[in-house]
Amino acid sequence: MLHIVNKSPTERNAFESCLATAQKGGAILLIEDGVYAATRGGAAEPKLRAAMKNVEVYALAPDLEARGMASAVAEGVKLVDYGGFVDLVAKHNTCQSWL
Amino acid sequence: MSEHGAIKKFMYVNRKAPHGTIYALESLEVVLIAAAFDQDVTLAFIDDGVYQLKKGHQTKGIELKNFQPTYRALEDYDITKLYVEKESLESRGLTVDDMCVPVEVKSRADLGRMMEEQDVVFSF
Repeated sequence: MLHIVNKSPTERNAFESCLATAQKGGAILLIEDGVYAATRGGAAEPKLRAAMKNVEVYALAPDLEARGMASAVAEGVKLVDYGGFVDLVAKHNTCQSWL
Repeated sequence: MSEHGAIKKFMYVNRKAPHGTIYALESLEVVLIAAAFDQDVTLAFIDDGVYQLKKGHQTKGIELKNFQPTYRALEDYDITKLYVEKESLESRGLTVDDMCVPVEVKSRADLGRMMEEQDVVFSF
């Protein structure tokens, strides 16, 4: 299934809660302030790295660009545009938004 | 000098990331109002607030206003006291070189002391 996180990992526990729940083979899409979880160098990066062993992690490129973080994306995170967002939703049977 | 007596010390405490919520933009609007009244303005950026100053915002893709250039205009309003919290930068993998305007890096304790010295504190 697809998990969508739109909250900053340093402000809310949505990302952590998502990681604790997501199962092997699933996918996580980071959007809005959630894209900060896809960046390198921060305290949340080790958790991201560990998660990427089991799930695919995607981040919405326009949200990274808006925040000046496009050049700080951690290795292994796949970038998608709005069309890619729709494709991910269509590809997975179910979707959980960690609001 | 203000026409109506003493100048007050105003601190704006910014704790939210830009774009995801309206706080960052609203804070800027209120800062500019205070500046028009010649008050002693200090801006503090702590927690996710440091992301407001991360260089290179390009908001075309999300179709929202890019208000980052406004931070560069603050100097024209004599707002030059911009403080960024050290620990907040570090835990987000950022450095002072990532900031879009000249800032001073302060510890949480220093900012706490500065906060105590204010006449008015605005929380965003």
